[in-house]
Amino acid sequence: MKARQKRMVFVALGLVAVMGASFLISKAMKGNLAYLYAPEAVLAGDVPQGKLIRLGGLVKEGSLKRSDSALEARFIVTDNRGHEVTVVTHKILPDLFKEGKSSVSRGQLKADGIFYAEEVLAKHDANYMPEEVKDVLKKEHSPAQPVTEGTK
Amino acid sequence: MIPELGHFALAVALALAIVQAVFPLLGVKFNKPQWVALAKPAATAQFFLLVISFGCLIYAFIVSDFSVKLVASHSNTAMPTIYKVSAVWGNHEGSLLLWALVLAGWGYAVAIFSRSIPAVMLARVLSVMGFVGIGFLLFLIMTSNPFERLPFPPAEGRTLNPLLQDFGLAIHPPMLYMGYVGFSVAFAFAIAAMLGGKLDSAWARWARPWTNVAWIFLTGGITLGSWWAYYELGWGGWWFWDPVENASLLPWLVGTALIHSLAVTEKRAAFKSWTVLLAILAFSLSLLGTFLVRSGVLTSVHSFAADPERGLFILMFLAITIGASLMLYATRAPKLISTGKFELVSREVGLLVNNITLVVLTATVLLGTLYPLIIDALGMGKISVGPPYFNNISLPLGTVLLTMMGVGLFLRWKKDNPKRLIKILWVPAIMALVMAVVLPLLFIPEFKWKTTLGLLLSSWVALTALLWFVGQGRSPFIKPLSAWGAMIAHVGMAVTITGITLTSMYSVENDVRLEANGKPYEVSDYAFKFIAIEDHQGKNYKATRATVEITQGGKLLTTLYPEKRNYGAGTMPMTEAGIDGGLFRDLFIALGEPLGKKAWSFRIYHKPFVRWIWLGGILMVVGGLLAAFDGRYWRTRRRLKSNTSESKKAETLKGATST
Repeated sequence: MKARQKRMVFVALGLVAVMGASFLISKAMKGNLAYLYAPEAVLAGDVPQGKLIRLGGLVKEGSLKRSDSALEARFIVTDNRGHEVTVVTHKILPDLFKEGKSSVSRGQLKADGIFYAEEVLAKHDANYMPEEVKDVLKKEHSPAQPVTEGTK
Repeated sequence: MIPELGHFALAVALALAIVQAVFPLLGVKFNKPQWVALAKPAATAQFFLLVISFGCLIYAFIVSDFSVKLVASHSNTAMPTIYKVSAVWGNHEGSLLLWALVLAGWGYAVAIFSRSIPAVMLARVLSVMGFVGIGFLLFLIMTSNPFERLPFPPAEGRTLNPLLQDFGLAIHPPMLYMGYVGFSVAFAFAIAAMLGGKLDSAWARWARPWTNVAWIFLTGGITLGSWWAYYELGWGGWWFWDPVENASLLPWLVGTALIHSLAVTEKRAAFKSWTVLLAILAFSLSLLGTFLVRSGVLTSVHSFAADPERGLFILMFLAITIGASLMLYATRAPKLISTGKFELVSREVGLLVNNITLVVLTATVLLGTLYPLIIDALGMGKISVGPPYFNNISLPLGTVLLTMMGVGLFLRWKKDNPKRLIKILWVPAIMALVMAVVLPLLFIPEFKWKTTLGLLLSSWVALTALLWFVGQGRSPFIKPLSAWGAMIAHVGMAVTITGITLTSMYSVENDVRLEANGKPYEVSDYAFKFIAIEDHQGKNYKATRATVEITQGGKLLTTLYPEKRNYGAGTMPMTEAGIDGGLFRDLFIALGEPLGKKAWSFRIYHKPFVRWIWLGGILMVVGGLLAAFDGRYWRTRRRLKSNTSESKKAETLKGATST
């Protein structure tokens, strides 16, 4: 193969690779990005219904209730400023899940205003709180504003 | 006294790293053989000092010297000795010291097994490794001193994160580090080649076994980590596309590309600058992994400390290393002329396609990993990129890659004839197709195209590897070690892909509510019956333990005891799953939480073929080992002595290194 032809092959392969990669990425990104929202944003109606999102906040003290017959747990996620959203899950809650502690739930908001979680995460130790939830709680005096802007 | 000795050894090691970095390089430049000769002894001494330093830290942990802050916060007297030792690297400072030790160990190994490498080349390689060493030792001494003392030592220490009190963890990080840091050797060889301005097949022959060994460790480390996450974290998954997992996968992907690209550079004197770029990338991604894991940017089991000062240091180190090497690459790479010519249908192009696919895969995984960080840094919200993103990407790219794995083995160097290929390859292609269609029909009731695709690809890879192997070497019985290695590694990949396919497609995963002595829960033909729950006292933990009987067709198969453990005040509770393992399926049960009325929640999994994933990893490690110890590298080393690049300079400096 002549040098020029070889260069063309390299360029062509590179182009195919870049194009293929961009196609795959744009396709795969669609619908697989889960934005984090605060309870405030949910109440303000900023959260699209039926779309996979994450909800972050504190688990309200005394709000955890379990079903007697099925594996179902209900709890309230709050930002300690009066904004509260009820979460329902049919999954096992993690070891670190506790009332009064932070949690991030992944799931969908349905028309009944309840957040149905496919997965509940809790990450904390004595003094650690997920950075993301910290931001949710910090916005104490800022105007009503979702944690995320890019909701599209 | 002992901790101070360790600290002192650390400081001297830094001084020696500076000597190792600066003098050999200047010695080559100004033609001073005495300076060049410093490379080997400096590397050796630096390694032994770090052994002393690390030994001092291990000693402090074993005797529970709580006046050392690190010991007090990560170990206590109740812990078994093996976990006292593994606690040394179960924290930020200790794991960095381990990193520095491993780096010096690689440098020492290069210094010992280098008799055939020209003195100039060796001096440059060790010098580059010295520079990397300076970075890490400075980082240790300035921001993360493992020997820091406490003015008022506590009577008893805190404890190691219970998740980390496990044998898998005791060996997983050192293994992974050997891999990560091992790429520093390939990196150093690449930089040395660019400094010398010449890169020939002798160079590739030196670099190949080192790269192989690093890749072996990384493969082993990732396999171990995946197995550990499976049985220890209580999630029952083997890969989560967690950023930290991705951080180890990225250098592995590039390292795999590098191994194959080095083959082309050695055999055909082609892809020279590409090989150098891959070597730089592999090590840069290892450093990036360290940054992501150690800076506290990510929160996971792996990130110990979120200290912005530390993060900034690693980030700067990263920027300098990658920036400088890429700058060097930009100016020097055009001089690395590839002389090997090849046609469109040739093994060179086959390997090029494999390389490009691997790099594209690396780029997409990297993007998915960094995307949430970038978006967050730009203040555009907080997002997470879910596993489906990574799965959607690896499916098509993996298909290309695995298809090429079979074709590439049979391609001839330089020029090949497509008709000849088809004549050989139709047999394994038909066989793979039959296996992929018939096997699921026999054993699995429902048709899923992803199963067929996965089985098609894995049997294709395995069959082509075996067929190719039979044709290797002169005798039908005696094959070169490298052929054994390639065959076994390829078959290992096929085994892993089989495991991934069947586990992903047919796992049953359910969270259920079970009452003691109540109705059993049924998964395929297994019935899980929750018998009772009781308290259990372990060595250094208290546990709530459930007894679960599993029956198959009415007969008792096994009894599992999933536990919820508590390692004392201030620690997190943790889940210890009950697993009944087997070659063809795992039954996995984890204890959830009490639900009242004698009921508990359980997580019950039926995972077919899950062990194949790790079995394949082991095979890849074995294959890599065989290839690395192929006699070819060691024989030719002696023969090629001083007969290679820059031989003139080497001659002048020869006397200097023989001491």
